[in-house]
Amino acid sequence: MAVSDEGEDPVRQRESRAYEAVHQAADFTELKRRYRNFVVPWTIAFMAWYLAYVACNNWARDFMSHKVAGHINVALIFGLLQFVSTFVIAALYGRFANRKLDPLASGLNAKYKRERRR
Amino acid sequence: MTSILIPGLIPLADAEPGNQALTISLFTAVVAVTLYITWWASRQNKTAADYYAGGRSFSGAENGLAVAGDYMSAASFLGISGQIALFGYDGFLYSIGFLVAWLVALLLVAELLRNSGRFTMADQLAFRMKQRPVRTAAATSTIVVSIFYLLAQMVGAGSLVGLLLGVTNSKLKAGVIVLVGALMIIYVTVGGMRGTTWVQIVKAVLLMSGTVLITFLVLLKFDFNISKLLGAAASKSGQGEAFLQPGLLYGKDLTGQIDFLSLGLALVLGTAGLPHILIRFYTVPDSRSARRSVQWAIGLIGAFYLMTLALGFGAAALLDTGQGSAVRDSKGNVASPLLAEIVGGGPDSVGGSILLALIAAVAFATILAVVAGLTLTSASSFAHDLYANVLAKRRVDEKSELRVARFAAIGIGAIAIGLAIPAQKLNIAFLVALAFAVAASANLPALLFNLFWKRFNTSGAVWSIYGGLISAVVLVFFSPVVSGTKDSMIKGADFSWFPLSNPGIVSIPLGFLLGVIGTYVGRDKSSEDRYKELSVRALTGAGAEGASKH
Repeated sequence: MAVSDEGEDPVRQRESRAYEAVHQAADFTELKRRYRNFVVPWTIAFMAWYLAYVACNNWARDFMSHKVAGHINVALIFGLLQFVSTFVIAALYGRFANRKLDPLASGLNAKYKRERRR
Repeated sequence: MTSILIPGLIPLADAEPGNQALTISLFTAVVAVTLYITWWASRQNKTAADYYAGGRSFSGAENGLAVAGDYMSAASFLGISGQIALFGYDGFLYSIGFLVAWLVALLLVAELLRNSGRFTMADQLAFRMKQRPVRTAAATSTIVVSIFYLLAQMVGAGSLVGLLLGVTNSKLKAGVIVLVGALMIIYVTVGGMRGTTWVQIVKAVLLMSGTVLITFLVLLKFDFNISKLLGAAASKSGQGEAFLQPGLLYGKDLTGQIDFLSLGLALVLGTAGLPHILIRFYTVPDSRSARRSVQWAIGLIGAFYLMTLALGFGAAALLDTGQGSAVRDSKGNVASPLLAEIVGGGPDSVGGSILLALIAAVAFATILAVVAGLTLTSASSFAHDLYANVLAKRRVDEKSELRVARFAAIGIGAIAIGLAIPAQKLNIAFLVALAFAVAASANLPALLFNLFWKRFNTSGAVWSIYGGLISAVVLVFFSPVVSGTKDSMIKGADFSWFPLSNPGIVSIPLGFLLGVIGTYVGRDKSSEDRYKELSVRALTGAGAEGASKH
C-alpha cells in the first residue's frame, strides 16, 4: 500500500532498477531539458508582468489613470491584458506539452513498464 | 411583516412572503439535488482511491469544472463584485491575482503532483522523505489552512443566507451555520471525493449560468457599451473618474503600498499551495487530464471574473451604494443579488423576485460546494497522514483508515460549526487572505523544492512548512488586523508591531529561506536517493497511480 522505505523487497528493487534505467535514457534528459526551457522563462515572464501591474497600481497612478477611449483607462486595459496573457500562456503551454512533452513522456513510461517486467 | 413557518425549523421574518417562499423552495431544490448526487456517489465508492480521489476517473473537463467550483467561493462571487460596487477599480484587483495564480499551478505543480502523489499533499513529500515528520508537518498546515478557509466560508454563509432570507436574529444565523455544517458533513462522509466533485460540478454550472444571465441583462441596459457602463458607475458612485482608477481601497501611503504588494504576492503564490485545490489533481487518470483540468479552470475562472467586473460596475451604476444603503452595510456582499433583482424588473416585479431567488440559491450552492471540499481535504489529511502513517505507523487496513476519515469529517465539521457560531461578528475577510498567505509561505516552498531541488531533505521540508506557517500566523496576530485600530478584531487593545495586514512579503521569502537553511542544517542526504525516482515519476508518469477499474 504505502510507499515502502525498505530496499530489500524484490518488487521494490525491480522498480528501482527500472527508474534508474529511465533516468539514464537520453530521452529523459531531453524531456527534462524541454520542460525546464519552457517553464522557467515563462514563469519569470508572467511573474514579472504581474508584479509590474501590481507596482503600477501603487506607483504609476498618473499613467494608469490616463484615458484611452471614453471612460476606459490604462488601468483597466492593463488589468484585462493580465487576463489575456494568462489565457495565452495557458494555451501555449498546453500546445507545447501535447506536442513536445507527451510523446517523450509516454515513450519513457512504456520503457519503465518494460524494464520493470525484466 | 409576515412570518413563515418552515417545518422543523424557525419562523422567518422581514422579507416579502412570496419571494421568500420561492427562495426557500430553490434552496430546498439545491439541497435535494446535492443529497441525491451524494447518495448516488456513495454507491460507487469501494476503495480508498474512490473515497479520497473519486477513483481518479474524472475527465479533464469534469475536473476543470470541479476545480472552478471549488475555487470560486461565495467570497469571490459576492465579495469581489461587492468590492467593485463600493470601491470601483480597486475591487477588481483581487480577481487578477486569483487568476494569474493558476499559471503557477499549471506550469509548475498540477501535472507533477498528479504523477508523484496519491491522496494528500503530504504524499508527494513523503515520497522521498522521512514519513512521520513530513506528514505531521504537511497535515498540520493542510488542516490549519483549510480551517481558516472553512471558518471564513461558514461565517459568511450565516450572514449571507440570513441576509438573503431576511433574517437578522443571530440565533437564526447560528441555525443556518448548523444546517450548512450538517449538509457538508453528509456530503463528505457519505459521498467522499466522488460526491463532493459532482456537487462542485453542479455548483460551477449553476454559478456560471446565473452569472452569464445577470451579466447579459446588465450589459443590455447599457447597450453593450462598456464605456457607458463605466461612466454611469463613476457618476453614480459620487467619486467621479477616481472610481475607475487605482487608489480608493489600496496603497494610500507607503505602508499601504507595500501591504498591497504583499497581498498581491500571497494571491499569486497561494493558489498552487492550497491543499483543497491540490488534491483535486488526484481525481484524474493522468497528467494530461490534470493539465486539461487546469486549462478548463483558467477559462472558467477567467470568464467568471470578467463577468464580476460587469456585475460590480453594474451594481455601482444601478443600485444605491451610499452611506446606510443595504449594499454598504453588507460590505458589498448583497450587491449581486440586489442587482439581479433590479435587472429582472425591480423589487416588486415577478422577474425581479425570480432572479433574486435564483442568485440566492446559486450563492447557497456555492457555499455548500466549497465547504464540502475543505472538509474532505482536512479529513483526508487527518486519516491518511496523521492516523494511518504517523499514529498507527501504517499498521492499519484501508477499511479502518476510511472509517477514521469519515469520523474526522464529522469532527472537523463540528469544530468548524463550533468556531463559526461565536465568530459571527468577526471581520472574516482576512481569514481568506491569511489562508492564501499560509499556503504560499508554508506549502508552496516545500512542494517546489521537493520537485525541483535534489538536495532538499526532511529537515528542509519541516523547517519551511512550520516556519512559513508560524511566521504568517504570528505576523497577522501582531498586525493591525488583530489589534490597534478601530476596525481591528480585538477592540480597545493594541499589541500590534507589524505594520502590514498581509504577511506574505515577509513570510513567503522566509518559507523559502528556511527550506534552504533547514536542508543544510539537517545535512541528511538520504532523500537524494529517491529524487531520481521522483523526477522520473513526476515528469513521465511512470509508476504513477492510475484510474481505478470497476
